[in-house]
Amino acid sequence: MTAPKTGLLRSPLFWPLAALVLLIVANTVATSGKFLTLRIQDDHIYGPLVDILRNGSSLLLVALGMTLVIATRGIDLSVGAVVAIAGAVALTRIASSPNPGSVSTVLSAIGVALGLCLLLGVWNGFLVSVVGIQPIIATLILMTAGRGIAMLITGGFITTVTSAPFRILGSGYWLGVPVSALIATLVFAVVAVATRRTALGMLVESVGINPEASRMAGVRSRSIIWTVYIACGLFAGLAGLIIASNTMAADANNAGLFIELDAILAVVIGGTSLAGGKFSLTGTLVGVLVIQTLSATVTFVGIPPTVTPLFKAVVVIAVCLLQSPKAQARLAARRQATVPIVSEVTA
Amino acid sequence: MTSSIVLVPDAEPDAAPRGESRKKWTLDRRYLPVLGPVLVLVLIFALGGARYDNFLSGRVISNLLVNNASLVVLAVGMTFVILTGGIDLSVGSVVALSGVLAAWLFQNGWPAFLVIPLAILVGTVIGTGTGYLVQKFEIQPFIATLGAMFFARGASFVISEASIPISDPTIKWIASTRIRFSEEWYLSVSGVIALVVVAVGFVALHYTRLGRTVYAIGGSEQSALLMGLPVARTKTLVYVISGTCAGLAGFLFSADKSSGWSLNAVGMELDVIAAVVIGGTLLTGGSGFVLGSVLGVLVLGLIQTIIQFEGTLSSWWTRIIIGILLLVFVVLQRLLVLRRRT
Repeated sequence: MTAPKTGLLRSPLFWPLAALVLLIVANTVATSGKFLTLRIQDDHIYGPLVDILRNGSSLLLVALGMTLVIATRGIDLSVGAVVAIAGAVALTRIASSPNPGSVSTVLSAIGVALGLCLLLGVWNGFLVSVVGIQPIIATLILMTAGRGIAMLITGGFITTVTSAPFRILGSGYWLGVPVSALIATLVFAVVAVATRRTALGMLVESVGINPEASRMAGVRSRSIIWTVYIACGLFAGLAGLIIASNTMAADANNAGLFIELDAILAVVIGGTSLAGGKFSLTGTLVGVLVIQTLSATVTFVGIPPTVTPLFKAVVVIAVCLLQSPKAQARLAARRQATVPIVSEVTA
Repeated sequence: MTSSIVLVPDAEPDAAPRGESRKKWTLDRRYLPVLGPVLVLVLIFALGGARYDNFLSGRVISNLLVNNASLVVLAVGMTFVILTGGIDLSVGSVVALSGVLAAWLFQNGWPAFLVIPLAILVGTVIGTGTGYLVQKFEIQPFIATLGAMFFARGASFVISEASIPISDPTIKWIASTRIRFSEEWYLSVSGVIALVVVAVGFVALHYTRLGRTVYAIGGSEQSALLMGLPVARTKTLVYVISGTCAGLAGFLFSADKSSGWSLNAVGMELDVIAAVVIGGTLLTGGSGFVLGSVLGVLVLGLIQTIIQFEGTLSSWWTRIIIGILLLVFVVLQRLLVLRRRT
């Protein structure tokens, strides 16, 4: 979206896309073509690529909210805890109801969980936009306390339930496509239209560049910042429901563990700067696919999954390095004779 | 806004006699954020002393340092980084890596005088790497140390997935020796090392050029640059310091547990950051104290002790209480900054 039209190599999406293509090619070669196969069974599409989409949908949801938050020069560390809380609330409600299999039970559980996550987003947004606490600290509070709250909801047990309607969210198919991927696509489309077909995206970016100047220019900085945290909480809640539906167990300790880091990583790989002021939803999508394909690669090539962090580290550092000197060179050309501008210390 | 030089408001020249008598009652505002953890510590001691027998004993206080020695070391390193306005997310993973590496080397028959420096050095190397990424390539500290975090965790998995016991006599000595001052008051070897690190950190921050540069960068990087301070070198160096502290902390952690495990210290970086924030250091940089961070660690440790004493409270209350404390402190700091500005 922010790609300049001066050639493929200069597009900020070039390196992440290259990484993605490289990963897919490596997988295809390593599995002698099996990686790209798709088969249709019982009207459902199966295959490694579909698995990546299915498993990546929760990460994409979290990363979408994170993109908006980061665009306002913020960050939301609490999404992992929100994921755990959403799963805990929904499954505990379904488990305690007399009829766990009924659609109305599931819908009310989903409603309550999403409502609570919305409130958590309101809380984060309040701390950041009204009280004026730095985003990283404001959301660290909920990140620290959130898993404790989730534990409180589940009573310290891993609640498991059997509920066919709730299962659809994570493992269901509609028209042959995984429902979770459809949900993520829908949310992606809504966010894309809302930010790129209206002025909202530009306003978010202006707040990210300078909240005070934006306010002076008549932008409601506070409401916009508040809104992005609410959206982030809501999307994280949705992701939490999908994750809970995948396992059908509310694990307050491990549900969504480190998903905030993966999401931030996806956003950064996609070319959105942590300094705020510009964002790329397509970039985030590519970033999510890179991370998810990376995890899949490890399983496909037969490397022990515990080594995944090492590969992730290599990719992160490589992509960030490749993006950085280029940015530096571009800056250098622009400011040749002037004094080096040191980035302003945000207060 | 986060200026490190804050004047005592009563020090007007024309009101010297009156000001002097009142000055006794005015605490230098720089120290105000540190007052918070002190108050909380007193409060917890009062609460614990009133509720439980044996709470106000030398043993509880001695155990506090025995159990939290590695956290104290980490907090010292983290304070340096946060004072420059950066952050280090890699310390928890480096603790695991350093511990696993030490245990693995011992398992392969390496002598302690080689293993100990190597375990610390692995932290230094990773810290140098992140410092280089942050300084040279201008990658945000958050992302650079996130990369280091994944790297260190992955590397420790590569060394060993299972927990490796350590049976080296030196480590056994470190783990079991208690320097006793009386029946109730004692220190562990790692506790002594932690105190030494705190002392070194304190001196380095307040009585050396490095320390002043660290504060200056946190106050305003641009001003520091214009003043001709070695900004680039110092910004790299704080990550080296933090990494080295993490290496040392990892070694102490594994020595006290007499084993190294790649899943140790998951999320420890957040405890450290929470301790530093509770200790009154502003995450925007430029304002804070090593001793404040140590107090922050003690607050976290005491909360855990209280919950153990209570017995019926589940351990997840620890997280919630730490979260609430963090909230209270952050809001108080925010009010303080607002008042300072007006």
